Amino acid sequence: MGEVIVITSGKGGVGKTTTTANVGAGLVKLGNKVCVIDADIGLRNLDVVLGLENRIVYDIVDVVTKNCRIKQALIKDKRFDGLYLLPAAQTKDKDAVTPDQMVELVNELKQLHDYVIIDCPAGIEQGFKNAIAGADRALVVTTPEISAVRDADRIIGLLEAAELNDPLLIVNRVRIDMVKRGEMMNIEDMKDILAIDLIGVVPDDENVVIGTNRGEPMVANGEAMSGKAFMNIAQRIMGEEVEYLDLDLNDSFFGKLKKVFNFGK
Amino acid sequence: MFDLFKFFSKDNNSKDIAKERLKLVLVHDRSNCSPELLEQIKNEIIQVLAKYVDVDESGLDIKISKAKEFDGKPALMANIPIKDMKRK
Repeated sequence: MGEVIVITSGKGGVGKTTTTANVGAGLVKLGNKVCVIDADIGLRNLDVVLGLENRIVYDIVDVVTKNCRIKQALIKDKRFDGLYLLPAAQTKDKDAVTPDQMVELVNELKQLHDYVIIDCPAGIEQGFKNAIAGADRALVVTTPEISAVRDADRIIGLLEAAELNDPLLIVNRVRIDMVKRGEMMNIEDMKDILAIDLIGVVPDDENVVIGTNRGEPMVANGEAMSGKAFMNIAQRIMGEEVEYLDLDLNDSFFGKLKKVFNFGK
Repeated sequence: MFDLFKFFSKDNNSKDIAKERLKLVLVHDRSNCSPELLEQIKNEIIQVLAKYVDVDESGLDIKISKAKEFDGKPALMANIPIKDMKRK
C-alpha cells in the first residue's frame, strides 16, 4: 500500500510542478513505483515539465467519470522506469472532479504504486480541496519572499484544519549570494515564522529553466545543484536522514564571526 | 564601545524588513479577526469607558499586534486618548 503526498503552496509560481516532477522522478531513481497526478484541472503543466505532453490520450476527468480505465490514462515515462503520469484535463473546470472522487481515485492508485504525488493547483478554492482530499501527508513549497511565505502560512492553517497534520516545508529558489548579503530571508527565518519542520532547500538554479525547456527533470542531471536537492528530498520522504547540501545559507561571514565571538543579538 | 560587527552587518538590510513585515501581517492573518469585529470591540470599549472618563473617540486606535511584553504573541493593543477625567 503506497503513500499519497500532496505538493502545495497557496501562491502560484513557486515551483510546485517542478517539485512534483523531480520528487516523483527522484523516488523512482530510488527504486520506487510512483504515480504523479496533475490536479490542476484547466491549467495542466506537469505533462510539459516531464516532457510527456505528446502522449496524452485520456486524463483525470476521463478516469473519474469512468470514460476510461485508470491504466489507460496513465502515461509511462520511458526514461524513468516506474514513473507514471495521470494528466489533468485542460478543457474542464476545477469542479469537474469532486473530493469524494479524488479519494476513490488515489485509493485505487496507491494499491498500484509505492508513492502517489499530487501536484496541487495554486489557490485555496475547490481545486485545492480536491487535491488534498485523499492525501496522507502534505509538503508545502515556498520561496524566500513575503508573498509566498504568507500564502504558505495560510495553506498550513488550512491543511491542519483538514487534519493533514505536520506538513513539511520545502524552500525553493534560494539565492545564496543574496542570503549572504542579508537581502533574502534565510532558512531559519522561514522555519521560525512558519513553525513547521523542513524537508528540503532547493537553490535557485538555471538548470531548472534548461531542464524544463527540454522536458527533463533535474534529478536526471547529476551535476545540477537543484537536482541534488530534489534527490535529497526524495530520500527524506523515504525516511532516510540526509544532510543538507552545504549552501552556506544561514549566515553571512560576519554572522559567523559574531557567533564565534559570541557577539550580537 | 564601537561595535565593529554591527557596523559591517548593516542593521536594516531588506531581509530584516521583510521578516518584520511578514510577522506583523501573519499576526493579523492568523487571528482571523475581521475589521467589523474590531470595530465592534472598539465601540463597546468606548461605551464602558465613557461611564468613567471623557474619551477622545477620534484619536482612538485599537489593533491586533504582537507585544514584546508577551514574548511577541498577538495582543490587542489600544491607545485611548482621554479628554477629561470625570469626577463624581
